[in-house]
Amino acid sequence: MKKPEKETFGAVSRRTFIKGLGATAITTVAAQTAAVAQELEKANAEKVVGPGAVPVSLTVNGEKLQLQLEPRVTLLDALRNYSSLTGSKEGCDRAACGACTVLFDGAPIYSCQKLAIEAQGHEITTVEGLAKNGTLSKVQQAFIDKDALQCGYCTPGFVMSVTALLNKNPRPTLEEAKHACSGNLCRCGTHPHVIKAIFEAAGISVADKTKVIKYG
Amino acid sequence: MAEWPTNRKYISGNVKRVDAAPKVTGKARYSSDIQANGWLYGMILRSKWPAAKILSVNLDKALKVPGIKAAVVARDGQFTVRYYGEEIAAVAGSSKQACLDALRAIEVNAQPSAGFVVHEDDGLKQDSPQVWEGTPNAGDPHVRNRGDMDSAFSECAAVIEGFYTSPVQIHNPMETHGNTVSWTDEGVTAWASTQGIGSVQDGFSGALGVDRSKVRVITDYMGGGFGSKFGPGVEGLLAAQLSKKAGAPVRLMLTRFDEALAVGNRPSSFQKIKMGALADGKLHAFQFENYGTAGIGAGADRGGGGGGVNIPAPYLYKVTNIHASQRGVAVNAGSARAFRAPGNPPASFGMECAMDDLAVKLGMDPVQFRLINDPVEIRRNEYKVGAAAIGWKDKYKKPGSSPGVVKTGIGCAGANWGGGRGSPDTQGEAQINPDGSIEIRIGVQDIGTGTKTVIAVVAAEMLGLKPEQITVKVGDTNFPPGPGSGGSATCASVSPVTFDICSNALQQLQSKSGIADARGDNWFAACKSLGVTPLKVTGQWQESLAGGPAYGVQFAEVEVDTETGLVTVKKIVAVHDCGLIIDRLTLESQINGGCIIGMGYALYEERVMDRVSGVVLNPNFETYKLSGIADVPEIEAILINMPERGVIGIGEPATIPTAGAIANAVANAIGVRVPNLPITPAKVLAALGKVPPITA
Repeated sequence: MKKPEKETFGAVSRRTFIKGLGATAITTVAAQTAAVAQELEKANAEKVVGPGAVPVSLTVNGEKLQLQLEPRVTLLDALRNYSSLTGSKEGCDRAACGACTVLFDGAPIYSCQKLAIEAQGHEITTVEGLAKNGTLSKVQQAFIDKDALQCGYCTPGFVMSVTALLNKNPRPTLEEAKHACSGNLCRCGTHPHVIKAIFEAAGISVADKTKVIKYG
Repeated sequence: MAEWPTNRKYISGNVKRVDAAPKVTGKARYSSDIQANGWLYGMILRSKWPAAKILSVNLDKALKVPGIKAAVVARDGQFTVRYYGEEIAAVAGSSKQACLDALRAIEVNAQPSAGFVVHEDDGLKQDSPQVWEGTPNAGDPHVRNRGDMDSAFSECAAVIEGFYTSPVQIHNPMETHGNTVSWTDEGVTAWASTQGIGSVQDGFSGALGVDRSKVRVITDYMGGGFGSKFGPGVEGLLAAQLSKKAGAPVRLMLTRFDEALAVGNRPSSFQKIKMGALADGKLHAFQFENYGTAGIGAGADRGGGGGGVNIPAPYLYKVTNIHASQRGVAVNAGSARAFRAPGNPPASFGMECAMDDLAVKLGMDPVQFRLINDPVEIRRNEYKVGAAAIGWKDKYKKPGSSPGVVKTGIGCAGANWGGGRGSPDTQGEAQINPDGSIEIRIGVQDIGTGTKTVIAVVAAEMLGLKPEQITVKVGDTNFPPGPGSGGSATCASVSPVTFDICSNALQQLQSKSGIADARGDNWFAACKSLGVTPLKVTGQWQESLAGGPAYGVQFAEVEVDTETGLVTVKKIVAVHDCGLIIDRLTLESQINGGCIIGMGYALYEERVMDRVSGVVLNPNFETYKLSGIADVPEIEAILINMPERGVIGIGEPATIPTAGAIANAVANAIGVRVPNLPITPAKVLAALGKVPPITA
């Protein structure tokens, strides 16, 4: 599961303010209206950034990235187009295909749905950050061994989802394996090999169903 | 005559994809990842009208948006747009956000047409608004006649009639269409997401008026094409113009939304089939009327259905008496393009459904019925193999006789693919260095099928080296020309060429080094004798090493919930003759992929057009459904290795029969035919009489 978000810019973030508002509103709705409007104005005045580029500091694969970004730039866009981290792919830009999946404090998220400024202060891991000192992660190696990729465009997203799954659940069932990848689309149709790769990485042996036979 | 070695170490083995590591680490640079020096984003403004005259386009305000470096109108002067999503203008700027702002600032003065047509049935009407002015939307039918139909049907022991339909299917490769293009005085360089670097080079050269020798196309990695990525596309040409204007490389990748509108699709089919067989089960009479749309592409060719609407029928079978009539219907929608096995999945679906319906009417087992009628011995054998593997004898029951709410069913269908033989024009070269390293270069591209791996496997086998010792370079028009990745022809194109390169290399190394057999252990010694000058050898295609056609049959087992209408595919058995298998591992991936795209065609995929507004209603992955990992059944691939037939491509045959097999399994489960793809829960319930049928 995703950890609660830390807010890192502005004295009062919109989210924490609204949370507070919820609790307050239950008890003293009418009386507080004026105060609420005032508070809102104050909070907004403090946190409005942009529309021009602002400094954004991201921690990606353990390294700091200092970027100048318009606040509307997504984390995916920041990775792919404002740094050279093009491993995370854009397949839909609207949280439907999963090609942009990265780990956000260890949890898989669609990086196309997170603004880069919101990602400040969090640990982001992309597919480029999985191999350590040139050694591929178990998941990456299993994808190679089981040919769990074809064109490879969805592969970084699948690799990240599977990495998150096995970090949390080292010996998943078939249903759990499928569930973990249900937010990732693949058009080449490589899913059966992804399942094999998940089990290979988890150290669970799977029977090979394919037969090669002679004619006649 | 060249022959494949009979003792094989790597060929037919499980060799891991040679470019898998860059793909799993994110190091692979796809066309959409290219960051050329000073590159700009490009974006396209598309028509929001299904049909309109564009009187003028004003780019002034767009050009004033901060960060915007260039803007162009898609065509000169006044022009007509014929579908929702047709290109009107394009901009290039220093950020995606600037481009989004600029698109909103473009002023288009348009005169929307009074009428348009987006449904095939509307297009068939005489008075429907014409997509191409002065040309009826429904083309003249392409007609074939043989025998006397009236008497032929009267001689039949059983006759069925059905109306089987398949929708427009969208390619939706995971990497959208697009290019990074740099057009300078020196020429054009395009990093293209393409399955045909040669055809893209031709396209840029022709459209931009730049010598072919000054156009270079590079495709190191590309994210799928399925037949829709052979040319530079309007988007590529716009990127080139923007690049020239801005004096910088422009990366113009389409959005997912654009993919549903303008870059190809599989045409629909509406197949009215009347078919009869004699008492012995022999097909005797086949009456076929089919129409379908290739969008505005159906308007270009009048002879019975351009753009792949004319499908092969009666497909796999020989029938004495035939009346067939087919035509294309133009509608205001994006043009069709080749889509994995063009024409064949709808042909297999329609005909194989009719086969099962007729078998049921004859009281005959559907597999037996096919064994009687299928003229190809290899495929008849595949039916026997597949039937045994899925347990047909035990599992095939009278349609609808499965007890309970969730009913099980089983079905089968066959495929035919005439391509796959390889392209005789393919050429390649290798540079062999004195240190024993070797680089093979072919101007082909790896669409994801494992083309680079195939080249490495063949070279390793021929030279007695390991696949990882072979450096394979593809995806550059500076290399000797290779084929487009289409028609299942790539494997059978590059394998014989690689064979020839290696044979020539061994011959020359022998004469230069005096070592009789330069393979394996002798390789490095032989190469060392080259001194300081690398050896360069070329290779040509060898007919005797490639084969085809390819056949193939698939069996599907399904569960159908008769309360919800949900179809779950439990298992697919895919039996395919593969000629000489080059790499089993990547072949298996091809077969899985064929089945899974075929399953999407059967159950989930359909482009939905709105009759009122003329727009595509589902231009995204939320509403245009692909098979997901939870939908995917157990797939058992049975690969028939027939080395004596040479190398045969398998990408296309693997996707042809899936939809027919699944549709037949559904009919077997519930006892009634759902004749319209995709087989959605609503259609299952309607077929069962539980809800009223859906009308478009």
